[in-house]
Amino acid sequence: MQTALIKAKRRTTQIIVYAFLTLGALSMAIPYVWMIVTSVKPIEEIQTYPPSFYVRHPTFAPYRELFSILPMWRYLFNSFVIASLVTLCNVFFCSLAGYAFAKHKFFGRDKIFLLLLSAIMIPYQVNLIPGFIIVKNLGWLNSFYALIIPNMAMVFGVFLCRQYIMSIPNDLLDAAKIDGCSEFTIYRIIVFPLIKPVLATLAIFTFLSQWNSFVWPLIVINTSSMRTVPLALSVLNSQFGFGANSAMVMAGATVVTLPVLIVFICFQKYFIKGIASIGLKG
Amino acid sequence: MPSKKGLLGELIQQRYSYLFIAPCVILFLVFVFIPVIASFFLGFTKYNVINPPRWVGLDNYRQIFFNDPRFWKALRNTGVYVLGVVPIGIWISLLLAVAIDQKVRFKNFYKTIFFMPVVTSVIALSVIWKWLFAGGKYGLINHWLMKFGAKPIDWVMSPTWTLPAIMIMSIWAGLGYNMILILAGLQTIPKTLYEAAEIDGAGDWHKFWHITLPLLRPTLLFVVIMSAINSFQIFEQVYVMTSGTGEGVGGVLDCALSLVAYLYEKGFERFDMGYASAIAYILFGIIFIITLFNLKVVRSRFEY
Repeated sequence: MQTALIKAKRRTTQIIVYAFLTLGALSMAIPYVWMIVTSVKPIEEIQTYPPSFYVRHPTFAPYRELFSILPMWRYLFNSFVIASLVTLCNVFFCSLAGYAFAKHKFFGRDKIFLLLLSAIMIPYQVNLIPGFIIVKNLGWLNSFYALIIPNMAMVFGVFLCRQYIMSIPNDLLDAAKIDGCSEFTIYRIIVFPLIKPVLATLAIFTFLSQWNSFVWPLIVINTSSMRTVPLALSVLNSQFGFGANSAMVMAGATVVTLPVLIVFICFQKYFIKGIASIGLKG
Repeated sequence: MPSKKGLLGELIQQRYSYLFIAPCVILFLVFVFIPVIASFFLGFTKYNVINPPRWVGLDNYRQIFFNDPRFWKALRNTGVYVLGVVPIGIWISLLLAVAIDQKVRFKNFYKTIFFMPVVTSVIALSVIWKWLFAGGKYGLINHWLMKFGAKPIDWVMSPTWTLPAIMIMSIWAGLGYNMILILAGLQTIPKTLYEAAEIDGAGDWHKFWHITLPLLRPTLLFVVIMSAINSFQIFEQVYVMTSGTGEGVGGVLDCALSLVAYLYEKGFERFDMGYASAIAYILFGIIFIITLFNLKVVRSRFEY
C-alpha cells in the first residue's frame, strides 16, 4: 500500500516534469521553426489566414530575392573574416599574456593584472563614445581595422588562460628551461599544447560573440559594402519591415542564424560545458 | 623596491614577460583604459565631433537629472524591464533546471534546445519575435490569442505593449543561459541530503523548498546579479522592435526607450557626445553599485 502510494506520487512528478520540459522545448523551437517556415513561403501563403506551419508550395524565391537585393555573400564574407581573425588573435595574444601572468615573475605583474581585470566590471557602453572618436581619428571608420583591432585581445581571455595555465606544474617549465629552450619555445611546445581545451572554449565564444556582434559595427560602419550580417539584417528589418516582405526578412534571419546553430548542435557539449565553467568563475 | 640600476637590469632580464603581455596591455590601454577616463571628462563637455569639446562643468548632469523627462522615462522603462525580466526569467529557469536535473531521458536534447537562443544573434531573435508579434491577425501570437477568445494586440505599434513584448522575448531568450548556470549549481548539492530527507518521508515539493532552494542560494544570487547587469544594458531588442514604427529608437511615445537606447540616440544620431557620455557614466554607476553589492554583501555572507 505504502509503496504503491510512493510509486503513484513519483509517477505524477514524472508526468509534471516531462510536460513542463516538453512545453518549454516547444516554446523554444517554435520561433525557429516559424522563421524557417516563413522564409520558404510564397507571398500568397503569407497573406492567407489563418497562419499555418504547413507550406503548400515551398519556394526559395525569398532567398533569391534577398541575395539579389543585398550583397549577402559579401556580408557573409565580412562577418566570417572578422570573426576568424579576431578569434585567432585572441587565442594567440591571450594565451601568451596568460602564460606570462601565470608563470613569470616580473616587476608590476600583479598590479598590471588587476588593472586589466578591472575592465571586466566596465559596461561596454562607457567605451563606446571615446572608442568611436579614437577609431575615427585613426581613420579606421568603415574598415576592417575598426572591427578587428580593438577586439584582438580581450581581457576576459587573458583571465581564462591565466587560470588554466596556473595549474601546469612548474617542474615541466623548469625542465625545458634547463634544456635551454627560449621563453617563446616553452610557450610553443609546452604551454600551448597543454591548454588546448581552454583555447577551444575561448575560440568558440570569441567567434560567436564576433559573429553576433551588433552595437560596435553599427557605430563604426556606414558604408553598405562593409556591413556584417547582423547589420544587414537590421537594415532589412528597418527598410522592408513585415507584410509583403516577411519571407525575405525571415530568409535573412535564417542566413544569420543557421550557420551558428548547425555548428552549435554539432559541438553542443563544448558550448554548454564552457558556459558552465566560465559563468561560474567569471 | 630594487635600486635603479638593479631595476633596469631586472626589466631587461624580464623583457620576454613584457613582450608577451604587450599586445594585450597596449590594446587594453588604447581601447579600454583611455576611453573610460576620456568618457568621464567628456561628460563635462559639449562635444559634437566636429568642433573641439567645450567645458560646461556639471551642465550635462544637471540637465539630465532636473530637466530631461526622456531620461527619466528611459530609466523607468529600464527599471520596469529589469524588475520584470530578472525575477520571472530566473524562476522559470530554476524550475527548468530542477526538472532537467531529475532523471529525465533526452537530457542533452533539452539542454541543447534551451540553449539555442544563447548562440543566436540578438538581432535575429528580435526580428523573429517581431514577426511573431506582428499586428493584426497575421502574427502567430495574435492568431493564438484569438483562438483563445482574446482580442489581437497591436504589440509593436502600441505604446502599452511594446515594452511587455520585448520583456517576453528577453525572458524567453535568457532561459537557457540561466538554466545552465543553475544546473551547475545543483550539481554541488550533496545527493545524500535528498536521500536522508526521503527516509524522513519528505515529498518532492518539500525537498525543493527545504533543501534545493536554500543550498542553491549562492548560485541563484550570482545568476540574479549577472542577469540584472545584462538587463540594465538592454538595447538591441529595443532597436529592432521599434525601428520602422516611424518614431525614434524608443518607439511610439518613447514607450520602450531604454537607457542605452537613449545613449545611442544622443551620441550617434544627435552627436551630442558629451551628454551621451554623462548617460554612460550614470549607467556605469548603477552597474558598479550592483557589482559592489555582489562583492561585498553576497560573497561575504554566502560563501561556505
